[in-house]
Amino acid sequence: MKMITAYIRHDAFEPIRSELLELGFPSMTIADVKGSGRQKGITEQYRGASVTNYLRPKLKIECAVSDGDVQTIVDTILKHARTGNVGDGKIFVSPIEQAYRIRTGESGEETLQAHPDAAEAAKG
Amino acid sequence: MKRPNMRGAMLSAAIASLLMPTAALAQDEAPPTLQSLTDGLAATGSDVSATWIMLSAILVILMQVGFMFLEIGFARGKNVGTIVAKILVNFSIAAVVWWAVGYGIAFGGGGQFIGDSGFLLNVGQTMSETSIPTVLGYGAEVNGMHFTYFLFQFAFVAVSLAIVWGSTLERIKFIAYPIYAVVFVAVIYPLVAHQVWAGNLHPFGLLIQDFAGSSVVHLTGATGALAAVLLLGPRRGKFGADGKPRPIPGHNMPLFGLAVLILWVGWFGFNAGSTVSATGAIFGQVAVVTNLGAAGGVIGAAIMALALGKTLDVGMVGNGAIGGLVAITAPSGYVDPWAAAVIGLIAGLIIVPAIIGIEKKIDDPVGVLAVHGLAGIWGTLSCGLFTTEALTLEGQKSGLFYGGGAEQLAAQFVAVVATFLIVFIISFATFYLIKKTVGLRVTADEEIAGLDISEHGMYGYPEQFIPEAELVGYGSSPTLTSASAVASTAKPQEV
Repeated sequence: MKMITAYIRHDAFEPIRSELLELGFPSMTIADVKGSGRQKGITEQYRGASVTNYLRPKLKIECAVSDGDVQTIVDTILKHARTGNVGDGKIFVSPIEQAYRIRTGESGEETLQAHPDAAEAAKG
Repeated sequence: MKRPNMRGAMLSAAIASLLMPTAALAQDEAPPTLQSLTDGLAATGSDVSATWIMLSAILVILMQVGFMFLEIGFARGKNVGTIVAKILVNFSIAAVVWWAVGYGIAFGGGGQFIGDSGFLLNVGQTMSETSIPTVLGYGAEVNGMHFTYFLFQFAFVAVSLAIVWGSTLERIKFIAYPIYAVVFVAVIYPLVAHQVWAGNLHPFGLLIQDFAGSSVVHLTGATGALAAVLLLGPRRGKFGADGKPRPIPGHNMPLFGLAVLILWVGWFGFNAGSTVSATGAIFGQVAVVTNLGAAGGVIGAAIMALALGKTLDVGMVGNGAIGGLVAITAPSGYVDPWAAAVIGLIAGLIIVPAIIGIEKKIDDPVGVLAVHGLAGIWGTLSCGLFTTEALTLEGQKSGLFYGGGAEQLAAQFVAVVATFLIVFIISFATFYLIKKTVGLRVTADEEIAGLDISEHGMYGYPEQFIPEAELVGYGSSPTLTSASAVASTAKPQEV
């Protein structure tokens, strides 16, 4: 099992989400985050004084998937999040030691399976 | 301005009613002559009228607040400061240009197309014989009375200009505002006002019925908006890959609601003030008619929103109020109260499907095209249906439902078409030139970052966009700075 953590532009989210749904990966967590990297800051002027804001808004996506699905997810994110400019973001893949589904107490890869109807419902 | 003949009629009625009690009291005093009474009444009437026009002008200027917060409420939080700057700059440009050029072209008498007096208005200047103030009986020499009228008319052009920009939110370059504002206030609006309000357009020999400007102010603004939005294109993300529209919700519905009610209140100056006279308190009737129109608009839009969307959409209900007010603007001085409620109701029913329909192809963030455009057209045409015999002026006919036939309706239609053509052609040409020279639209990056930071270098809501940590100090490590600040104040004795 792997945890995929991606930091992307807000614009890229919708196409990524749609494609992952179609591929049968409806499960994810997202968060609005602010972070800094190579992208330049934004300077705000206020009554002649200025402050540079180095932390730019990004969207963080977390996806827990089976080892075999990692490349599919990563490719989808790369495909839609890349504009070619500084600030497109990053993807990190890290191992997951164990996973539990709280409702049933199941553990392991079983917890990563989407509900059979989820993808269909999302499409409809 | 719009009913020069009414004033005389009102005056004689008032004199007649005054004469009755005076006749009874006259035994003890020298009997007043008709001439002395008329002189006294005219003087008082004129001062009271000037006060009413002045108050109305201020009410209409208050509507700028309404337009500011209506647009702010319907915009996203990253594009709000720019709206404040825009309203202030446009209003100021309009003030100067209207004084220098626009007023003279619109109301300064003259020939078929432009006026020939009243430019750079100043006390003691002479207005042409056919100028509206002179026709209203203010005299040819410019005095305080002229200035109240001037200010009132300025408030109208400023409203019309403010209407243009609602459809251009969140993507237009700021430089487009001042350029178009000059053309609009100096040329576009005055040409329309000169045709319709100064009576130079009289199809079939009839005078157009547009009491306070459903066409002159609202359709004019909306037509300018259409020209702008056609050249500007939709906001990023408005239409999906499948071509279907997606919502870009405004960030503050309470501010939108505040704006709607401010506009509603301002409209009493807009319509009731357009009597440009306090004589006979005819403005009371116009005010009630206006209120009924707005109420009809809310009810119509609420019904239609429930019918089409199954929910009571807050924005639609608010737009219903504005749509009702826009529609009742032209007929407000010509129709009975019952008709006002009907006209407003129909406007409310029209604008909900219109907004939804326009939204499918054109990105109009606040619904200008439906609320000011279609409701403005409906309001102008509705005069041709509902105008009563008693309220028509010389050279006008009553409406279709009051036995006046379809002639006035046809004349109203000509006014709508003429207004649209004048405004659309000049506006489209102006925006086209702006697009080809300085550019009409910001870059994609600027649009994503928001116009506040990209055009003005500052946010409307800084806390939402600048992490608190970064505000502590410029260029330093925020946590360390604040930690050492705490340490040094907490333990001063150790230093």
